[in-house]
Amino acid sequence: MPGYANPGFDTLALHAGAAPDPATGARAVPIHLSTSFVFESSDHAAALFNLERSGHVYSRISNPTNAVLEQRISALEGGIGAITTASGQAALHLAIATLTGAGGHIVASTALYGGSQNLLHYTLRRFGVETTFVAPGDIDGWRAAARPNTRLFFGETVGNPGLDVLDIPTIAAIAHEAGAPLLVDSTLTTPWLMQPMAHGADLVYHSATKFLSGHGTVVAGLVVDGGSFDWAAEHARSGRFEELAAPYAGFHNMVFTDESTVGAFLLRARREGLRDFGAALSPHSAWLVLQGIETLSLRITRHMANTQRVVEFLASQPFVSRVGHPLLESHPSHALAARLLPRGAGSVFSFDIRGSRAQGKAFVDALQIFSHLANVGDCRSLVIHPASTTHFRMSDDALAAGGIGQGTIRLSIGLEEPDDLVDDLKRALKLAEKAGA
Amino acid sequence: MELQVLGHITYCYTGGKAFDAAKPTVVFIHGALNDHSVWILQTRYLAHHGWNVLAVDLPGHCRSAGAPAPSVEAGADFLLALLDAAGLEQAALAGHSLGSLIALEAAARAPARVSHLVLLGTAFPMKVSPALLEGSLTDPKKTIDMVNMFSHSTLAPPPSAMGPGTWVLGGSRALMRRVLASNRQANLLHAAFRACNDYANGLQAMATLACPVLFVLGRKDQMTPARAAQSLIGACRHAQVVTLEVGHQMMLEAPDGTLCALRDFLRP
Repeated sequence: MPGYANPGFDTLALHAGAAPDPATGARAVPIHLSTSFVFESSDHAAALFNLERSGHVYSRISNPTNAVLEQRISALEGGIGAITTASGQAALHLAIATLTGAGGHIVASTALYGGSQNLLHYTLRRFGVETTFVAPGDIDGWRAAARPNTRLFFGETVGNPGLDVLDIPTIAAIAHEAGAPLLVDSTLTTPWLMQPMAHGADLVYHSATKFLSGHGTVVAGLVVDGGSFDWAAEHARSGRFEELAAPYAGFHNMVFTDESTVGAFLLRARREGLRDFGAALSPHSAWLVLQGIETLSLRITRHMANTQRVVEFLASQPFVSRVGHPLLESHPSHALAARLLPRGAGSVFSFDIRGSRAQGKAFVDALQIFSHLANVGDCRSLVIHPASTTHFRMSDDALAAGGIGQGTIRLSIGLEEPDDLVDDLKRALKLAEKAGA
Repeated sequence: MELQVLGHITYCYTGGKAFDAAKPTVVFIHGALNDHSVWILQTRYLAHHGWNVLAVDLPGHCRSAGAPAPSVEAGADFLLALLDAAGLEQAALAGHSLGSLIALEAAARAPARVSHLVLLGTAFPMKVSPALLEGSLTDPKKTIDMVNMFSHSTLAPPPSAMGPGTWVLGGSRALMRRVLASNRQANLLHAAFRACNDYANGLQAMATLACPVLFVLGRKDQMTPARAAQSLIGACRHAQVVTLEVGHQMMLEAPDGTLCALRDFLRP
């Protein structure tokens, strides 16, 4: 790495965390499909277990292939380190469980992926963690929701599915005033479109299942630490974050903030979260995500170009009543997106047709290139009806609060020829319109 | 543990073991805009293998109060006062970069109190470029980015201080930013650069030493190139040299290599 300037995005996307394999000369990242790794000696083994030395012991805790991915996403996000997990949901759970337990409180955006909403609204409540939900644009609401036991502020870079852009600089400042870090789900934008930590976020997580891997082949998650939040200072001030700044009986009374001034979160998340919850990522899956990341900027640039074409087409159609993308001046986040997401606000968005629920279903069924399935961020274009699938557990009121109607259609724009995507949508809109006649 | 040194609270990381006066002690002194945490993968091991370790946060850095030492000589005075505060008649000293000069000067001032001297990423003279000196005053954050790039040699470090998955470049930058922000009264980056740049007693100090001295150098070090340590090595009566294929932050880029060099050198 000789040089005097920070390497650029694409250089890091290809090289961060990986060098030619010293044992074999392999240039691509090897897949280390090994559960465990041989100790050099009994002393070496004991030192690894006691964190006196750093290395791989058992692939639930760490693995060389996964470590490349962890370094690479950290480099791209501007972080200090990362942890791979079995899914994006596991990454969110790992971040939360590392920072809080029963009696803790979270302030979260209302505009969340349905799975995240389920975790916060239902599952974590069962374990004694309360969440107050605030509309992403309700700045006063974010400030008012903070409590003395608030451990985390949480939102999505662009909220699902309305694409409400989170005002990360403002929300981060509010979180920090309240003595809590800001965690951001950056799945839909990826570091190519935005690096949330550069705007004040402390932790970022991804469902790497989506754009990072990019080909619809793998379920994976990543949580990245920016090393910016001073856990020890906040513990001294308010007593919070004893998980990181007080002796942990589960690991030789280690005080993680003593061990690492900036990396205490990562130490505890790996040593407790992966060890005990066990939501580890397969090295093969890690490798698939790495393959995707190597072409991330190329793919996302094409995703955005195709998205612009499709958004402009849909916005021109009389049968379409609303297109929810910040590209359009009519979108409430248009100005904020221009400031925080100058490369684009993502290629997953929703729109409403002027028709019944049955016509919405007819539209989805008529599509031929778009695949009807429960995922986003594939290289292929995708479509789904949120009210009956991803958000089906939510009440009508909760759906409305999240900006989702009964007839809302969500698209994930892929990498196909844009003319073909427009033709597919045009034909499906005609058939849907006829279905209401 | 916390000690009162020259009237100020001083934090020392002890490697996860309580300080035991019956054991020999190694004192670790960090460099510019660093703190005790850069030594974790050396100190924690030694602390569990027969040594006391005191990895200090230098005055005005992170958990230690007081003003930053304005010179290497003042840093040496602080270090000897730290030995007093800990009740140590003698200790081994291990310093990195600016810390190496402080350790060297302290050893020269009180040779009977230093059993071993380890100089990592060292040079003499340790001149700082006018651009960095100026930048440390006018734009510390940008200068941190420059120093960070100069201090590392690889985009693919091995598992490091925060475990596998550590992005060392990012971790070092975050630490420097945190340390800079830890003191609103002083510009710690400029103070450190000025102290390095102004120190003139290196060769005389080295010539007085009778204790064994280990040099741990990085062949890819752009901050203190390995050749810049040759004058000190030449002036040293009992020099050992270990050169690692890494950059300036060898404790993080080659944690095992650095540890093994230390362990073998300190072995009774």
